Amino acid sequence: MAIELKVSEVKMGEAYVGKWGMVIDQDMCTGCQACVAACAMENNISFVGETDSGYGRSMHWIRIERFWEGSYPEVKMTPNQPMLCQQCGAATCEPVCPAFATVHSQAEQLNLQVYNRCVGTRYCANNCPYQVRSFNWRDYKRPEPLSNQLNPDVTVRRRGVMEKCTFCIQRIHKAQDKAKSEGREVVDGEFTTACAQACPASAITFGRVDNPDSLVSQLARVHGHGVKHLEELGTLPNVTYFKGG
Amino acid sequence: MAGYNKKAETAHVKAEHNQHDEEHFREKHLMLDPLPRGQMNDMVMESMYTTSWKFWVVFAILSVIVAWGLFYSWGRMILEGLGIAGVNRPAYWGIFLVNTVFWIGISHAGTFISAILRVFKAEFRRPFTRAAELMTTFGLVQAGFSIFMHMGRVWVFYWLMPYPNERMLWPNLHSPLTWDLLAITTYLLSSTMYLFLPLIPDLAMARDRSTGWRRIFYKTLALGFRGTEGEWTHLRNAMSIFAFAIIPVMFSVHTIVSWDFAAATRPGWNSSIFGPYFVVGALHSGMGAVIMVLAVVRGTMKNMKYFIRPEHFDAIGKLMLIISMTWAYFFFNDYMVQWYGGDKWTHMLLHFHESGPMGWMWFAMLIFNIAIPWAVLWNQKWRSTPWIVFIVGLLINVGMWFERYIIIPISLSINRMPFTWRLYHPGVEIPLGIGTLAFFILLYMAASRLIPLIPVWEVEEGQMAHELKKFGRETVVTVSELE
Repeated sequence: MAIELKVSEVKMGEAYVGKWGMVIDQDMCTGCQACVAACAMENNISFVGETDSGYGRSMHWIRIERFWEGSYPEVKMTPNQPMLCQQCGAATCEPVCPAFATVHSQAEQLNLQVYNRCVGTRYCANNCPYQVRSFNWRDYKRPEPLSNQLNPDVTVRRRGVMEKCTFCIQRIHKAQDKAKSEGREVVDGEFTTACAQACPASAITFGRVDNPDSLVSQLARVHGHGVKHLEELGTLPNVTYFKGG
Repeated sequence: MAGYNKKAETAHVKAEHNQHDEEHFREKHLMLDPLPRGQMNDMVMESMYTTSWKFWVVFAILSVIVAWGLFYSWGRMILEGLGIAGVNRPAYWGIFLVNTVFWIGISHAGTFISAILRVFKAEFRRPFTRAAELMTTFGLVQAGFSIFMHMGRVWVFYWLMPYPNERMLWPNLHSPLTWDLLAITTYLLSSTMYLFLPLIPDLAMARDRSTGWRRIFYKTLALGFRGTEGEWTHLRNAMSIFAFAIIPVMFSVHTIVSWDFAAATRPGWNSSIFGPYFVVGALHSGMGAVIMVLAVVRGTMKNMKYFIRPEHFDAIGKLMLIISMTWAYFFFNDYMVQWYGGDKWTHMLLHFHESGPMGWMWFAMLIFNIAIPWAVLWNQKWRSTPWIVFIVGLLINVGMWFERYIIIPISLSINRMPFTWRLYHPGVEIPLGIGTLAFFILLYMAASRLIPLIPVWEVEEGQMAHELKKFGRETVVTVSELE
């Protein structure tokens, strides 16, 4: 007797729909790093400095990855690849934390990092296939006048804890609170993340992926050839990339 | 028996003369060379009391190294952050975890020798079970140090323990690190108890032969042991329960340590053979460490040449050879299947292991762990010589440390995001690693002068069970019922 397996019983990547998601058009990206700067300002990211950055300790929550093909003199740049936390539906960073410092939010469908619960085993970062988590290797000094512009909505982290992109959860909450006080739902495009806001080429779009009318969903349909990074690992990422369109 | 005699003849030149048979059995085997009870006790007591000026010089140097390497460097790292270590993105784990795995590996052989050989009633184990068990306990102490150093915020280490708190926050039982902590704690507690149980009769022996603060020390620890039949029965029952129960604990600890890696999604780590591979690797380095310790103890402590003889190095040498072969088998299995699997990232990683900037380490690992033990330990004469097996043991330990270094920081340098690839250069890990090594030796030196390093009662028991008898012209080793 053959074993019957219904397709619906198999948890496929396509079947998963997250809540908040992002669409990144790599063809639009100019590699200007405005998103990196905006993210650092919005999220109180430490100023690491040249030496430590050069040793792989930069703490940006979003980075522009540059690749090229071929060897000199026939070198061809491939499209820039902004890389940030993919807010996986089945995140590999979550189960390995011994202290429940990296957890899945039921309400927002995001991966949260609880800074004041983190003990700094760095297992989550090892197990993140996207390598987008950054660790506070030291208490970095903020050079003047950067120390005067900390965002009051975001925790300042100390040495020894892990941190990562939150999809600007403070903005999500602000928008939700505002909408609730006005007795309505959050409108698509009412707010966006710092990186998407700063992008001069509009390469980054943020919104609700579970709403078919939102801009992210429409873009995904229009392009139709979106790629999710390392999809074969089954992490169910919520960021879609377009390239070569 | 003819074959047995022949072996003895080849090992000893004197044995060519058949009339000296009995004498050569005595010279070769501790179990056949009994001394009066009191004399053996006095010899062990004397070995504890005798300290030369060299002992104190080494002791002082090691104390300075511990103060600098372990406490000063660690304090600095706690105050300044892990930035002064060499860990980075993507090598988030570095030498701290290498050392943790290494020390847990060292601690394995203690229990292996003591529990497994006790369960199988291998007679050669008798004089050195304690020396091996001490290694377990002190090795685990260093593993604990290394794992706490590794933490970003070590001052909240207790969040990893399940303790009642008003917010109902518990450690995450899905995390291999939580299993790890539970397994290591279980192993530390049970191996300490297992060290203590056979120590009780020897502590009582020391209590009856000492004065002053030592008498108070031994009296307290001996728990009023007098040697009545009831006390011996209870002790034996407890010991046989522990000897059996600690073997699965020992296997579980290193398997769980391997799951820290095997359960992750990294190429090169996600391998189902890691459990047994790590257990064998732990035994490999641990046996090397046991033989090094025995060579040093025999060479430096008084009266130890009587208790620890070439026959013991010979027996451990054989075990080392078998374990080296088993390790090679597991290594090949792991490598072969990963390579054949054809995953592009794994291929890159394997290529990076062998021909990357640290490729020399990969080849050194194979030479130290396989080639040298196989080339040396097959020869009975060589493996019975303390300084030769000391060097082999040292090289195996270096090789096994390299193996863990290749698995942790080197494998972490390569991942599925080529943009982040970067090499790892150790920083403050080096003084801290030297500090744990010095602290291990320091603890061992202190213990060697505080507790009887030879389980005298077990040796005596074995000697009473063995006897040389003459049947016609042939001298035969006879054994009464064992235990």
